[in-house]
Amino acid sequence: MTDFSLQIHSLQKSFGRRLVFNGITFNLNKAGVFGVSGPNGSGKSTLIKILAGINSPTKGQVIHSSDGKEIISEKLHNYIGFVSPYLVLYDEFSAWENLTYFSSIRKISFDKVKVENLLDQFLLLSRKDDLVKAYSSGMKQRLKFIFALMHSPLFIFLDEPTSNLDDEGKLTVYNLIQSESKKAIVVVASNEKSDLIHCDEVLDLNNYKV
Amino acid sequence: MKSYALFQKDFHSELRTRYAINSLAMFIIVAISVILFSIGNENISPGLTGGLFWVVIFFSAMSGLSRAFVSEEERGTSLTLQLIASPATVFTGKLLFNLILVFLMNIVITLLYSMLFAEFIIQNYLLFFLTFVFGNIGIAISSTLIAAIIAKAGSKGTLYPVLSFPILLPLILTSVKLTSFAIDGVPISEAFFELAIVLCYDIIMISASYMLFDFIWKD
Repeated sequence: MTDFSLQIHSLQKSFGRRLVFNGITFNLNKAGVFGVSGPNGSGKSTLIKILAGINSPTKGQVIHSSDGKEIISEKLHNYIGFVSPYLVLYDEFSAWENLTYFSSIRKISFDKVKVENLLDQFLLLSRKDDLVKAYSSGMKQRLKFIFALMHSPLFIFLDEPTSNLDDEGKLTVYNLIQSESKKAIVVVASNEKSDLIHCDEVLDLNNYKV
Repeated sequence: MKSYALFQKDFHSELRTRYAINSLAMFIIVAISVILFSIGNENISPGLTGGLFWVVIFFSAMSGLSRAFVSEEERGTSLTLQLIASPATVFTGKLLFNLILVFLMNIVITLLYSMLFAEFIIQNYLLFFLTFVFGNIGIAISSTLIAAIIAKAGSKGTLYPVLSFPILLPLILTSVKLTSFAIDGVPISEAFFELAIVLCYDIIMISASYMLFDFIWKD
């Protein structure tokens, strides 16, 4: 079993003079599900992006570790999976082409069996060779999960994971969160109580504004 | 190799969307046509044809090389790239794409120029070849870096040539001079200083690009 952790120290984020949140500190030292809640504009997406290494904090630190060693930012992208409504895949390619290219660019071996299983789980196997521009918004959201999970990441960040999904899609996501949380740190940012109910612990961003 | 895979993705995407190729092709045809019509039956000096040659190259680059990053930003796929590749991989992949695009574009321009302008006769082919190669490498590197800078800005179309002009000016001026030497048949030994300028420009720009790209790419 891989030893991994996510440590956050005194995180602060401001955009100009607008303070989004301040003083967030927590440690996640084992696999599980961690929730981030708050009203619209409270900084959930901002926090998730900082945890995923996409944005930088104004103050504070985020440290991702694997096997006791800190993961440097240049290599972090191979350890994280990320899903959000504003993530966009290449719609001039098919789902299969998108996933193949992502594997090549990440320089990780393309696990054809795993990807087919994921496509089947998300009911996209029969449409894997169709261009993404022909997909509905729900299908695109499901494809993003496959993109996030195909390389077996240690840290999975889900921002509004059930947006655009029907009830069947939401159930698939909840089952996935449960199964992935046994071997990865899963962070879910959402307004939906049905998303946060699966979390071991929930951080309310309202408590981190001055 | 990761950067090569990114280049392949961009190349494949360009073949399907023709985002840059179409605008480049039209610009080259229009620019050369306008110059031809403006000149009419006048005889222009060989040196002037060399200068106009690099003018067409510069503005063709401005019309098409920003695509590498602007299309990612406009479609919203910049975040996807950040999630699958390090900044160095992204820059190298995009640079490879722009290098291929610049060389293809400028080979077409050179061939059209040679066919349509009787005064564009190269006496020193080796000097012209070296100018062509180093000049295009410099244009590709600078254009790629500037494209990354303006990709997140508004008024990208205006900002790209405005930012590119002062950065590319030393390269363009030296390349014009070297092309003039090549047309006049000046030996390489007498053009060594100018060749060294162009080569140093390429080395400085590639070093600066890799040092700065991390700050440009990440928020």
